[in-house]
Amino acid sequence: MRFKWIVFSSLLLLTTILAGCEPLLVLNPKGPQAETTASVIWISIITMAFIVIIVITLLIIMLVKYRASKQPDDYEPPHIKGNPILEAIIVIVPVLIVTFLSIMSVKSTYEVESVPDGYEDQDPLIIYASSSNWKWHFSYPEQDVETVNYVFFPTNRPVEFRLYSYGPITSFWIPQLAGQKYAMADMITKINLVAESPGDYMGRNANFSGKGFAENTFTATALSPDEFDKWVGEIHSTAEPLTEDEFNKLLEPGHLGKMTFTGTHLSFAPAPEGENAGHHHHMESDQDHSMESDQDHSEHSSH
Amino acid sequence: MEFFERFAIPNASPLIYASMVAIGLTVVAIVIGLTYFKKWGYLWKEWLTTVDHKRIGIMYIISALLMLFRGGVDAVMMRLQTAVPDNSFLDAQHYNEVFTTHGVVMIMFMAMAFIIGMMNFVVPLQIGARDVAFPRLNAISFWLYFTGAMLFNISFVIGGSPDAGWTNYFPLAGTDFSETVGINYYMWALQISGIGTLMTGINFIVTIIKMRAPGMKLMKMPMFTWASLITNAIIVFAFPVLTIALLMGTFDRQFGTHFFASTNGGMDMLWANLFWVWGHPEVYILILPAFGVYSEVISTFSGRNLYGYKSMVASMVLISFMSFLVWVHHFFTMGHGALVNGIFSITTMAIAVPTGIKIFNWLLTMWKGKIRFTVPMLYSVGFIPLFTIGGVTGVMLAIASADYQYHNTMFLVAHFHNVIIPGVVFAMLAGLTYWWPKMFGFMLNERIGKWGFWFLSIGFCLAFFPMYITGLDGQARRMYTYSAETGFGPLNMVSFIGAGLMAIAFILIVYNVYYSFRHSPRNVGQDPWNARSLEWATPNPVPHYNFAVDPVVNSSEAFWDAKKNGHVLFPEKIKKIHMPNNSGLPIILAGFFFIFGFSFVFSIWVGVIIAALGIIGCLAYRSFEKDPGHYISREEILETEKKLGGASNEN
Repeated sequence: MRFKWIVFSSLLLLTTILAGCEPLLVLNPKGPQAETTASVIWISIITMAFIVIIVITLLIIMLVKYRASKQPDDYEPPHIKGNPILEAIIVIVPVLIVTFLSIMSVKSTYEVESVPDGYEDQDPLIIYASSSNWKWHFSYPEQDVETVNYVFFPTNRPVEFRLYSYGPITSFWIPQLAGQKYAMADMITKINLVAESPGDYMGRNANFSGKGFAENTFTATALSPDEFDKWVGEIHSTAEPLTEDEFNKLLEPGHLGKMTFTGTHLSFAPAPEGENAGHHHHMESDQDHSMESDQDHSEHSSH
Repeated sequence: MEFFERFAIPNASPLIYASMVAIGLTVVAIVIGLTYFKKWGYLWKEWLTTVDHKRIGIMYIISALLMLFRGGVDAVMMRLQTAVPDNSFLDAQHYNEVFTTHGVVMIMFMAMAFIIGMMNFVVPLQIGARDVAFPRLNAISFWLYFTGAMLFNISFVIGGSPDAGWTNYFPLAGTDFSETVGINYYMWALQISGIGTLMTGINFIVTIIKMRAPGMKLMKMPMFTWASLITNAIIVFAFPVLTIALLMGTFDRQFGTHFFASTNGGMDMLWANLFWVWGHPEVYILILPAFGVYSEVISTFSGRNLYGYKSMVASMVLISFMSFLVWVHHFFTMGHGALVNGIFSITTMAIAVPTGIKIFNWLLTMWKGKIRFTVPMLYSVGFIPLFTIGGVTGVMLAIASADYQYHNTMFLVAHFHNVIIPGVVFAMLAGLTYWWPKMFGFMLNERIGKWGFWFLSIGFCLAFFPMYITGLDGQARRMYTYSAETGFGPLNMVSFIGAGLMAIAFILIVYNVYYSFRHSPRNVGQDPWNARSLEWATPNPVPHYNFAVDPVVNSSEAFWDAKKNGHVLFPEKIKKIHMPNNSGLPIILAGFFFIFGFSFVFSIWVGVIIAALGIIGCLAYRSFEKDPGHYISREEILETEKKLGGASNEN
């Protein structure tokens, strides 16, 4: 009875996984970074499935072969001290598996942290992505435009996202293009990614940040370089410039739709990098900062 | 009136008012019941003032079950809210409070209480002692834990619950983003119960090092005692970190410091680091005692000695050491580069090796055994495959690059429930069923117990396996709702059904206690499971003094040796026994701590000062108090042993 259940539930699990495979975002990558993580995930799933199957098989053998009902009443299980060879095997095999996975982990981590292979020569497009409760602001210093809750970038060109936050720690995540990274108030973190096919991709804050967290999403759109340039041009001819007052209003807690501006907030509210980074990196500037101690949080980076 | 406004709930809802009424009625019912049946004196003399490790253990376990109920209700509410897209059963704020309290209650007040309760009951018996090293301190530990738990649990009806997740990351948990007193409750409830836990750690290390029966060398201790020793060593190293982090958090929130702020020299990442420097060892504080329970249960019901005793001990020592070297894997995504992540990725995966050794040792314990499928054994057998799945998904999460995709998703939620439920919860239910006759002198019904096991296991699989899939599909954790287009709906519905089955399992387990109390025979004898370790050399239920005569031991399976190999456990004659006196001081001290914590939460400084004086007063009183303990006479012991049919009545 119980064995049937074990078999039944593992089959159920397997079919659910297989049935659900096709559309799973993380396993449906659209760029080299997400491809790397997807293949790492598949390799680890297969390796791990192998271990699970061995353990379950051994367990079933033990339970079937050595259950009391199968044995004579007078059977006395022996006292077994242990066997050095057996114990060496149960140490060495896991060590080998872990070594293999460690190498894969370190290698792939270096890979996803750097500009993808084959794209090193190109100038990356730099986009500052900053979060505020509960929105994402995208600033393009090079193109001199800024958007809210959506981001456009060209395909087949490395994009460098520079992340920071006006408020709680958030996590910038476009599952089909790259893994996530935290955005924090006092420093910049970076994500390098390339989109290899055009399309709209789900992006969100993955790190819990309060009441509006569930809806803290954005759309990431990859389009051909020509279309991207056209889009930038259109903004410059149609959108309003972003003023400091306007930006401070945008920072107020709440939700906003998609918005577009010319100019970026970086000119009056620089990102926390270099000399504007949190002062624990720059002890010499302590004095300036202590004078602002009474300022409210959202004004902090507008100095 | 203004004074009372601070106690109002910031996000009131009919659900909360209903709970208020329910709490009020329950309290009234308990008070009336105790008065009507004239049980106040009994309660005070036998339980509230007790320093007996067994009764303290049982009180811990009862509290743990209450907290399991509270945390379970939170869990069902969350699964109900997310069962269908765009549900409006809970609003965002309420959902945030519910998952925060669910996490804190389950880890700090359910799992911790369960393992400490189990250690309290079992460890002195397993080492042949009559109590722990510091019985009075042990009572204080329990009452401080209980105070913390109650303080935390009143938050949702007085002043509002914490809402920044059980991880409580700053700056979200700072006053800028969480203005209610909720997080003050978090700080003080954990602080007070954490002090209790720290003292438990010291108490049990001393007990196990100093109070073992003659002949019980360290390498002849039963495996649960080994697990407890190592667990308490981790507690003593890890909990001070939490104490300090909570204190710094309190200062930030209530005295305007900036330890964890992102301005003025503060560092928000510091909280995350301190939290997980405590938090990851905490995971092993929970799981090692569970491993100890499984070792006892699997060995007993396979009829075999535990395979690879030395490697079991070595792997636990290794795990305890390595548990302090992996905390960064909780935030691979915080932006420290590939080098740091690579190192912590390797240390994390390395822990899988000693854990794997233990799994194989349990399998080899069954090898050539004679396996009896009792309820404790079913939980242990269910644990092996389910925990293995949880373990390997942990290894998957340890791969830093892949973690960038799993982090903060339902995949992670599935993983840690997959280790904590089959690991800790199954173990505690196995241990509770296994040692139940020792506690109460009757057995729990096997049939109802098995139904409970199957409901819990199948419910668990249905509730958590779908989360692996939705996690990979981009469902972030802690979202109070999602839209229909995401496609998360059907699998979340499956999760909700699983949660429902688990709730039924809980009801069955509680019903089993009632049913067995009414119907189980009371003459279970000394050894109902055909067990092996020393605690079974006492009668069931265990008399107040545990062992009428100090046992003499020569292996980790002293009781088995006595049964099968003619080992003489009790070579000496019965003599009068010295025991510690009961004391009302621990509960009074805890009462002052409650006032202290509650007043601090609301910044009522008069209350804080009065309570602090009360605490100091209690400590001073204890310093000057003369308490020589008392003796149990030889005649009384002989009579008790005769009545219980104990092992040493031939003396």
